Amino acid sequence: MKASTFKRHVTDSFRSLKRNGGMSVAAIVSVTVTLLLVGIFLALIFNVNHVSREVENDVRVRVMIDQKTTKAQRSTLADELKDMSAVSTVTYSSRQQELDKVVGSYGSAFRMFGGDSNPLNDVFIVKTKTPQATEKVAKAAQKLDHVADASYGGANARNLFKATDSLRQWGLGFSVLLLLVAVFLISNTVRITILSRRTEIGIMRLVGATNSYIRWPFLLEGAWTGLFGAILPIVIVDIGYAVIYGASANTFASAGYALLSPASLLVGMDFLLAIIGIVIGAVGAAISMGRFLKI
Amino acid sequence: MIRMVDVSKVYDNNVTALENVNVEINQGDFVYVVGPSGAGKSTFIKLLYRELKATTGLIMIDDFDLPQLKDREVPYLRRRIGVVFQDFKLLSRLTVAENIAYAMEVIETDPEEIKQRVTQVLQEVGLADKADRFPNELSGGEQQRVAIARAIANNPHILIADEPTGNLDPNTSEEIMALLETINSKGTTVIMATHNDQLVNSHVHRLLEINNGDIVRDEKEGTYANEG
Repeated sequence: MKASTFKRHVTDSFRSLKRNGGMSVAAIVSVTVTLLLVGIFLALIFNVNHVSREVENDVRVRVMIDQKTTKAQRSTLADELKDMSAVSTVTYSSRQQELDKVVGSYGSAFRMFGGDSNPLNDVFIVKTKTPQATEKVAKAAQKLDHVADASYGGANARNLFKATDSLRQWGLGFSVLLLLVAVFLISNTVRITILSRRTEIGIMRLVGATNSYIRWPFLLEGAWTGLFGAILPIVIVDIGYAVIYGASANTFASAGYALLSPASLLVGMDFLLAIIGIVIGAVGAAISMGRFLKI
Repeated sequence: MIRMVDVSKVYDNNVTALENVNVEINQGDFVYVVGPSGAGKSTFIKLLYRELKATTGLIMIDDFDLPQLKDREVPYLRRRIGVVFQDFKLLSRLTVAENIAYAMEVIETDPEEIKQRVTQVLQEVGLADKADRFPNELSGGEQQRVAIARAIANNPHILIADEPTGNLDPNTSEEIMALLETINSKGTTVIMATHNDQLVNSHVHRLLEINNGDIVRDEKEGTYANEG
């Protein structure tokens, strides 16, 4: 296509957007609402997946030591853990160190549990050679003497997946529904454009304009509607996510995990939202072209 | 060159508009298509520029085989054919020159060529001084001239005029007729559907009379007076 032709199509499509006024605004707002929810939902899903994967790949097993265990017994337990073939390192963390971590994550209010009122256990942090070995090592550790409990990331990951599963399904269903509403509204505005430009379309057909030439302005009008609708969600999700990321960084960092950084998540997601906007716009336009634009 | 062989058109509601029509029109001919309302004139005209598809039969226009023509090839057929209607079909928001340029822009003609050609056709139809007027500032005859200028802008081989004088007074009709004859004299085939017996009788050309979906008369120099 010639550059001058494309410029003409762009001008035509903007003229139609302007001429359809209220309908165009309604369609853009509907895309905005839809993509805002889709954006929030995507940020949530991407992060749940990311954290779950981190948890799954975690090679640490936390072996909690009975509170009444003596130093000698603890040393024996450490040796027993080190003797396991799947274990690479065993690190001791006292109940006071564990409490310090909690205070670091959740605030100084937890200092009231200091000294004898500290409910936490001394812990051996056992690193396995592979993430897959954590379950086996945890189960084996549980059977050893002086072990109160042994936990590993994989179990947490499974729980996390289970908890977010229904969220994911509802979110997906709701998003699809909203996308359909947006497509319907866009197809309606494009239909109005097609009907109002009937004479022009007739003349174009008569003098031999190609089908694609006739269709381009309508397709562009739909695509602009989708793209303009995507701008506000992109801005809101970007700012909102940066704020949430900043606020939650401490909590997650102390647990050894992190949310996806804004840089790694948002560039791709902004692009995705813009593409979704353009695609639903184009699909909306295509539906009306199929029904009302007989070439 | 236009050739129709055993062409029939039956609409979806089972109404037969044309039945076994056979006709040949040579390049450069001037042909009237006459007949009462509902006889099949419009169907005949619409088959030529592939607004309608024939139900059966063969239609050749130059090297285009219409029944075989794919939808995406139709625009290229239509670039060989200019069409003019009774109601002009001009775009009211565009000036005279823009209306003509529009027909060239949408087939992606070079802007410089458009400029030259618009000036040229405006002179041919005698509206060089009204290039910047809007259609509603013109008389009916002038509007029809603009429509004709637009139809010939892309240098079509064939000009189809469907009742071009239907909305015009006798004097203006004469002027339009003279213009169509001038265009014809330069080698463009003109096919004109009309009810205007005065024009047909005073500007004698080949005449096809359609009645009940059939060509009942095909005379080299036919007039309305012979009808019947």
